[in-house]
Amino acid sequence: MDFLNPVINGFSVVLEPMNLLYCLVGVVIGMLIGVLPGLGPAATIAILLPLTYGVEPVTAIIMLAGIFYGAQYGGTITSVLLRLPGEASSVVTVFDGYQMARQGKAGTALGLAAIGSFIGGTAAIIGLTFLAPLVAGFALDFGPPEYSALAMLGILLVATISGGSKAKALIAASVGLLLATVGRDIFTGESRFTFGSIQLADGIDFVPIAMGIFGLGEILYNLEERHRAAKAPSKVSNVWPSKAELKHASGAIGRGSVLGFFLGILPGGGATIASMASYAMEKKRAKQPERFGKGAPEGVAGPETANNAAATSSFIPLLTLGIPANATMALMFGALLIQGVTPGPQLVEQEPELFWGVVNSMYIGNILLLIMSLPLVGIFVRILRVRAAILAPITALITLLGAYTINNSMFDVTLVVVFGVVGYLMKKFGFEPGPLVLAFVLGELLESSLRRSLLVFDGDPTGFFTRPISATLLAVFVLVALMPGIRSAIAKRKGTTAASASAGDGTNNDGANNIKEKV
Amino acid sequence: METTPAVSAGRDGSTAVTPGGDAPNELPEALTPEQLAAQWEEEKPPAAGPLANAASSLVVLGVGIGALVLSVAMGLGTLSAPQPGLWPFMASCVMVALGLFQLILGRHNRDAEKFTRMSFAPLIGLATLATMVALMPLIGFEIPALVLCVIWMKFLGGETWRSTILVSVVVVVAFYAIFILALGTSIPHLF
Repeated sequence: MDFLNPVINGFSVVLEPMNLLYCLVGVVIGMLIGVLPGLGPAATIAILLPLTYGVEPVTAIIMLAGIFYGAQYGGTITSVLLRLPGEASSVVTVFDGYQMARQGKAGTALGLAAIGSFIGGTAAIIGLTFLAPLVAGFALDFGPPEYSALAMLGILLVATISGGSKAKALIAASVGLLLATVGRDIFTGESRFTFGSIQLADGIDFVPIAMGIFGLGEILYNLEERHRAAKAPSKVSNVWPSKAELKHASGAIGRGSVLGFFLGILPGGGATIASMASYAMEKKRAKQPERFGKGAPEGVAGPETANNAAATSSFIPLLTLGIPANATMALMFGALLIQGVTPGPQLVEQEPELFWGVVNSMYIGNILLLIMSLPLVGIFVRILRVRAAILAPITALITLLGAYTINNSMFDVTLVVVFGVVGYLMKKFGFEPGPLVLAFVLGELLESSLRRSLLVFDGDPTGFFTRPISATLLAVFVLVALMPGIRSAIAKRKGTTAASASAGDGTNNDGANNIKEKV
Repeated sequence: METTPAVSAGRDGSTAVTPGGDAPNELPEALTPEQLAAQWEEEKPPAAGPLANAASSLVVLGVGIGALVLSVAMGLGTLSAPQPGLWPFMASCVMVALGLFQLILGRHNRDAEKFTRMSFAPLIGLATLATMVALMPLIGFEIPALVLCVIWMKFLGGETWRSTILVSVVVVVAFYAIFILALGTSIPHLF
């Protein structure tokens, strides 16, 4: 029972009124931005980072986590009612959810999604509770070589798995690594890339970069591409699915939970990929796959369950290894660093209250979200009437004023605007901002562990291959790095032998690929 | 990945609907995921040409080479006794290599977006933000914030004057109440 003691103590942390309040605030904000097309969870978390300065680390992370998984619930509502996915992770829900709504079963679709999300989220928390200490225990004897390999692999995976051009994502990552070197070199104390500026001597803070690139960049980008004003339906009735419907969808929910949980743990994985994989799996398993796209309840329940399970389980690599698995987790990492907490294998042992507080707050958050998405769904539907034109200046002002409050300096505000321009241009030219922020966050860890390992190995880089774990990680790194080349070589060979055979099912795959590219 | 905002199902230039009015659902109902995906594909902003791709690669190369030169100037040292420049040197080498790769092989990528007439909106937005940053230390945040709200809502967002003024005033008053009165932050303010 020793193992369970800290888990139970974690509940007492969550039940402190302050933490409950922040949990509620987080999930409400998450649900709101999920409903409103435009800002995603990463942008919102970035913009709200200054809010976390004044509170305890555990409270801050409880709120930010609430935003993240709350958005997964909220994104469903617009997908089902308006065919506008509020979040990238709800794109596949559109296919069957909107069709269900057209058949007058909007309530059922939303209800199934909410119940599925709740089950998926809860299952993932339970999985997290048991798996996280194991992973952390395994990682406790990681030294600098293992960390260098792990950080490199993490950055590479996030860059290559994200949509769009992989070379561009890797360029963004290398910019992030360079930005992380600005300021004093921790080993020699020499200034790097400061150009004589005193403000840059201590390096660039994480918060202005995140607020600029994720927050302001996205706000500026959205100015250009106005979202169509949503015509909100007047009311949604009967959100409680019937017993038969629940029974019918239970298989999809079960499979979605497991699939989402495992895809969420993988670096570069996460809610979006999990929802797509679940949709594909349900369609493949179905006895009548032609029902999909015409209002199949499994097509809503599966992906919605999976995206929530993945959103929850993606906390595992962050909290146990100190390696964020995706861009949103990179923001959480940054938020913890600001609070003086370094996420890593020691976290479970050294800060059990923080660790279990955050994990257990997710139970409460999921219950709150279930309440909000079933009986209170009407209120959130009404919020759809708020127009993007009104929200844009408000979010921009929150960003600017919030940036000022970090250090009470206009320099930070200027940095946010500069990085806002960078973020906007990156989006325009097809460079993912995620890898940049992730690499920036991991840059210092990577450099210092690389240099420490080289000291240990006496300057011999082959030393990395003398340790089993770092050797394995580096082998995976090389494999992932060479993957595009291998794949295109295989495709070429296949192409010459079976060019005609693939023409038949081309249309179907194209649709799926298009969707993948969109996200 | 999660950072991508909602898929741009509804944003477009040609069928833009004034945000104030009722939005008629004039798009044909797409029935299958494939059709829906094709429709989203069509609504995507136009892709930029090879010139824009080359330009972005050149910027990457420029920054990479700049960082490379500066890192070398900082001193590289050896692997066993690295100088401060070694790590940035490695990162900028990767950047230069990828920039070259992108310049040569990525010319015909379709993932960059064209700058269109709509791109003036972010430019104006940026100008108002920059002005606000410049003016805030001088005259406080209230007036610049009000002006920013009005420009963004009326001219960039196409709201009516009535709702623009009403919302702008409410927003500025609310921000004053939150940041100055309630939180007591030292944001420069006029009143």
